[in-house]
Amino acid sequence: MTEPHAAKPHLTREHLLGLLREMIRIRRFEAKCAELYQAEKIRGFLHLYDGEEAVAVGVEGQLRPGDAVVSTYREHGHALARGIPMTAVMAEMLGRRDGCSRGRGGSMHIFDAQRRFFGGNAIVGGGLPLAVGLALAGRMGGGDGVTICFFGDGAVAEGEFHESLNLAALWGLPVLFVCENNLYAMGTALDRAQARTDLAVRAASYGMPAAAVDGMNVVAVEAETAKAIAAIRAGQGPFFLECRTYRFRAHSMFDAQLYRTKAEIEEWQKRCPIRSLSRWMEDSGLVHAGEVAALEAGIDREIEDAVAFAEASGWEPVEDLARDVMASP
Amino acid sequence: MSAGTEITYREAVRQAICDAIARDGRVFLMGEDVGRYGGCYAVSKGLLDEYGPERIRDTPLSESAFVGAGIGAAIAGMRPIVEVMTVNFSLLALDQIVNNAATLRHMSGGQVGVPLVIRMATGAGRQLAAQHSHSFEGWYAGVPGIKVLAPATIEDARGMLWTALEDPDPVILFEHVMLYNASGILPADAGPVPIDKAAVRREGGDVTIVAYGGTLAKALAAAEDLAGDGVSAEVIDLRTLRPLDDSTILASVAKTRRAVIADEGWRTGSLAAEISARIMEGAFWNLDAPVARVCSAEVPIPYPRHLEEAALPQPAAIAAAARAALGRP
Repeated sequence: MTEPHAAKPHLTREHLLGLLREMIRIRRFEAKCAELYQAEKIRGFLHLYDGEEAVAVGVEGQLRPGDAVVSTYREHGHALARGIPMTAVMAEMLGRRDGCSRGRGGSMHIFDAQRRFFGGNAIVGGGLPLAVGLALAGRMGGGDGVTICFFGDGAVAEGEFHESLNLAALWGLPVLFVCENNLYAMGTALDRAQARTDLAVRAASYGMPAAAVDGMNVVAVEAETAKAIAAIRAGQGPFFLECRTYRFRAHSMFDAQLYRTKAEIEEWQKRCPIRSLSRWMEDSGLVHAGEVAALEAGIDREIEDAVAFAEASGWEPVEDLARDVMASP
Repeated sequence: MSAGTEITYREAVRQAICDAIARDGRVFLMGEDVGRYGGCYAVSKGLLDEYGPERIRDTPLSESAFVGAGIGAAIAGMRPIVEVMTVNFSLLALDQIVNNAATLRHMSGGQVGVPLVIRMATGAGRQLAAQHSHSFEGWYAGVPGIKVLAPATIEDARGMLWTALEDPDPVILFEHVMLYNASGILPADAGPVPIDKAAVRREGGDVTIVAYGGTLAKALAAAEDLAGDGVSAEVIDLRTLRPLDDSTILASVAKTRRAVIADEGWRTGSLAAEISARIMEGAFWNLDAPVARVCSAEVPIPYPRHLEEAALPQPAAIAAAARAALGRP
């Protein structure tokens, strides 16, 4: 791993601690989710983000409140990094009425209109056109807001990816396309699905500037994002950011992982974004082990509170089944 | 009240679009060839010059991207009118319409509404063969979360768009291709019209003929023919295909005790099938004859005129079904 400080020299201790804290927060929240899944309190699909935390944290730390986010079904990290309270996210995981989507969406459909977090889209590629439209509205409204669109390497094979990149580039719209390339579309390896595995070059066919970044290095992600967003806000049109990352856990809770080796996973785990940053900070004397442990303890309390909040929350009454299908019945 | 003016259906739709753009700064028209070309069916001819490229947006041939962009823009507060050239092409945007537009409000627990209007041409009669002639509005009418309209008259073509744009939910307007050149009187005081009620277009006491869009004129022709035999047919124009106005249909059937449904969709799983079921559920004890359906033959619509005509519901078949229901073959 390149040294985290290399890309951005003026990082303060507080800032780095904030990045570390947010990544640990996501990791431990999801560990709790996995536990709750085993306990059958969370059902349906559960797609965990372990290993990819540096992307959500590095990208979303650069956003302003007015910016919009469109995400995928692997979006717990994106939701937390956007500032959606953990209580509301956890209640949504449990399908409770105090969940951020009133329990109607579950793990794959986390929404928060106030924070301009527009889902939680479980159709691969389905969020890209939405992001283009959000950016179009923003531009027509005259603001300098940016729309962040997260998607995986699998989406690059979809027609909606190409249609959306073309349209955004054609109209010069303020979209940051963030490809979380974790090398597998569910179980299909990138080189078994893509004629060309270097994804950042795809943007060139639409005349869109692009960069590929080490997605295991939160500081590098942050630095590339900052540059890209500055260019977008300056009116230079969309940008394509490929974050090369890896998911440590299975695709979902039903995945036996027959398509990759243990050795490969272990190799990537050596590059764990959390451990890399904390080790580097310890080595540099910016943090000591006791502080990290205290950080973790604080996060664990937040998680306990979130679980307690979620479990105390009621269910939507069955009489309200048809609620929110239309604005009025 | 002054007498009004005679205009074509095309002109009525055009006026409705102009009126919406002039009235509301959030409204814009977007679609393939809506600008420089003037619209595939010449509906938007001249509008690019009048309103400029921000309000009249030519799009690439990317149905999924521009329909999805319309959804995104609507979420962000705009009021887009998205034109899809024909219902056959809308299948390329089906993901966006069904998986996003129709679901977002519910999935987000009521936070994210999609006040989007999609217009598209539907139906056969121009010898355009099997990829430009179908009637899939019945499919769309089966999807919760959207409203589906089929303006069949000049006044509805002029007035439904206004109401649709004020609706907080996605509305799809189906314009039958054979109606664009039809003309009629637009009252001088024409304005917005309700989009939740069917209309009785001809009163009668012996048999109810339910029609919409392209089949309305055929149903009225059949009723005229029946009148020559002393049969008094009541003709209902559904106007709104989702939600269906059950009460108007059932009230008419309670009076006439017989029903014929004229629907240009294929018979299997058709909107006519749905209406027939509802009549069965809601007016079974009023019926003196089985409900009859006059639908398109179950073939991809063929090119040559004689076969195309044979494939579609025609006035003679509608009248014959009505006579059969009356036991007067």
